Amino acid sequence: MKADPQNVLVGAHYLDGNHACGEGGIAAGCKFFAGYPITPSTEIAERVSRRFPLIGGVFVQMEDELASMNAILGASWGGKKSMTCTSGPGFSLMMENFGLGLMLETPCVLVNVQRGGPSTGLPTLPGQADMMQARWGSHGDYEVIALAPDSPQESFELTIHAFNLSEKYRMPVLIMTDECVGHMTEKVVIPPPEEIELVERKYSDVPPGEAWPYMEFDGEVSPMLPVGEGHKFHITGLTHDIRGYPVINSEAQHLNTRHLIDKVKKHADDIIWLEEKDIDGADVVVMAYGISSRVMQPAIAKAKKEGIKVGQIKMVTVWPFPEKRVKELAEKVKAMIMVEMNWGQVYLEMERCIAGKCEAHLIGHGGGTVHNPEDIYNTIKEAVK
Amino acid sequence: MSDTKTKKKRKEKPPIEEPLLAPGHRACSGCGESLGAKLVMDAAGPNTYATCCTGCLEVFSTPYPESAWKMPWIHSLFENSSAVAAGIEAALIAQGRDKDVNIIAMGGDGGTADIGIGCLSGMLERGHNILYVCFDNEAYMNTGVQRSGLTPFDARTSTSPPGKRSWGNKTTKKNLPGIAGAHGIPYVATATVGYPNDLINKVKKALKIQGPKYMQVHVPCPLGWIHPTDQTIEIAKLAVLTGLIPIYEMEYGEVTRVRKIGKNRRPVEDYLKPQGRFRHLFAKGAEAEEELEKIRQIAEDNIKKFGLA
Repeated sequence: MKADPQNVLVGAHYLDGNHACGEGGIAAGCKFFAGYPITPSTEIAERVSRRFPLIGGVFVQMEDELASMNAILGASWGGKKSMTCTSGPGFSLMMENFGLGLMLETPCVLVNVQRGGPSTGLPTLPGQADMMQARWGSHGDYEVIALAPDSPQESFELTIHAFNLSEKYRMPVLIMTDECVGHMTEKVVIPPPEEIELVERKYSDVPPGEAWPYMEFDGEVSPMLPVGEGHKFHITGLTHDIRGYPVINSEAQHLNTRHLIDKVKKHADDIIWLEEKDIDGADVVVMAYGISSRVMQPAIAKAKKEGIKVGQIKMVTVWPFPEKRVKELAEKVKAMIMVEMNWGQVYLEMERCIAGKCEAHLIGHGGGTVHNPEDIYNTIKEAVK
Repeated sequence: MSDTKTKKKRKEKPPIEEPLLAPGHRACSGCGESLGAKLVMDAAGPNTYATCCTGCLEVFSTPYPESAWKMPWIHSLFENSSAVAAGIEAALIAQGRDKDVNIIAMGGDGGTADIGIGCLSGMLERGHNILYVCFDNEAYMNTGVQRSGLTPFDARTSTSPPGKRSWGNKTTKKNLPGIAGAHGIPYVATATVGYPNDLINKVKKALKIQGPKYMQVHVPCPLGWIHPTDQTIEIAKLAVLTGLIPIYEMEYGEVTRVRKIGKNRRPVEDYLKPQGRFRHLFAKGAEAEEELEKIRQIAEDNIKKFGLA
């Protein structure tokens, strides 16, 4: 399906990442936004609060982040695409209900414009230190999908992609951007609606009285039941069976959690999006995501100039982690390097997958500003010694 | 006879006490909240512990080495100033050090009326001997003027923009003093920096009462309300004189005293017009008479409800 022309501000704009993210949501057909002010994400909510009244969307400023996350789950079950945005402490507050969204299998989009943490941390400065919280921050066992844009243009595009993935896999999808990208202003080209491909929600065609909210717990996606069309169905955050009713025993728990995990694991090849460059014949591969994948460019260029065979992987999706690809590459290269604005989070996954087959290096950073490319260059040099 | 009897003994002036919220912090010029906080602290005196939730007050008063607070002071998170204060009170009681000290929990309107209302309710319910002060500047100013539960009807904020489909904020101010009073606590008061003596007296009175107390102090914000920085006090007074911000005290849920406006009553336009956040109501061809009538009605209702006339 193509985007609705009334939602798409076609043309070249000069936008920051947050405004571009808001436009991405609008272009994707999001019609409900519940949010709570928190630096550095608030511009997304402000953009939407201005644009929604003109296109029939509903913007609600909620009383806190608990309510925001819950409201978008409700709106999604009510039949509309929905999103929220937050940062740092707000992301922590959303975690319980993010888990509820995963458990209920509710499509929606949660944007975290990352700042320095823990606690209040650095409200106005960037970080990438919520990556493991994104993966494991809600209690229990599950898989997540997380995307990391590196520019305002990507903030626009990946927000649309996040909505598509959330509808396709019937689950909340995370956009893990950061203060740098959120407040960076660049040219953003919004294509005409006929060039924007949207995945629309699949609804069950089983007649009311015979349908359950889930088909099978086999890692495949069940169509949702529409509300207001006669279906009387039940959904719950408790461990449940396909009928949506609570079943409190080990077998049900096994089926329910395996399903949530397999839904992502079985389709990992479809979900994972890596942008690779100069991998063939590389001695060292540098991995990064979000703003760090831009910051590493001058370091890689400098190393190449000196004849170092260095390849790069920009992780557009960070979760699920590209296990297969990293395992393959570990057999071929001398070293792999992770550049991230934290003290080693996604790095742990890389190191696990490398499993001693090649060297693993972390270029960590506490956040507050981006890496110095020189530090990245020095590590590349060190790695090929 | 010594001369001392004949000579009038010169009365010694009390030494000028240093303000507990020291000058030189980073508040905007004309900030009503910084004035409000200074008055509250000066009224409380030096034996005071304070907690403060995230917001302008915390941000402008604390960067090291410029902390403006001359007292033990904790920045909690956004929602939990009252809960942290409850912990402090419990610890002081456990150590037998709770006599002659004041515990004041502070928050802005967002941190109190929205995200912090759960923790506040718990503090009031459990009966802690704490004064909670909400500095009400009617929006989330620290993050760039987003609406809160205490933003007035039709005000422009960055998340309640007026335009073709809207006159601004769609809701009226949450009756937070009423909610606090409904907990049956011994003392609730509203005050304003427009009337500083009233504010000081209420703080002193509140601190003499055992149990949980709630005060809501109306504090203009030139940045968010968009008015000249030298008009803060004037605007604060007009809020009261128009009937839009009733000033009163409650004991155990019943209104016991009000600040009458009587003959000094002013039309709501006098308060709204000087503020940029209401400019759209007076724009050329705005046809906002219906909206203005709704705001007049809010004032009228307050005057009737609290007997301000």
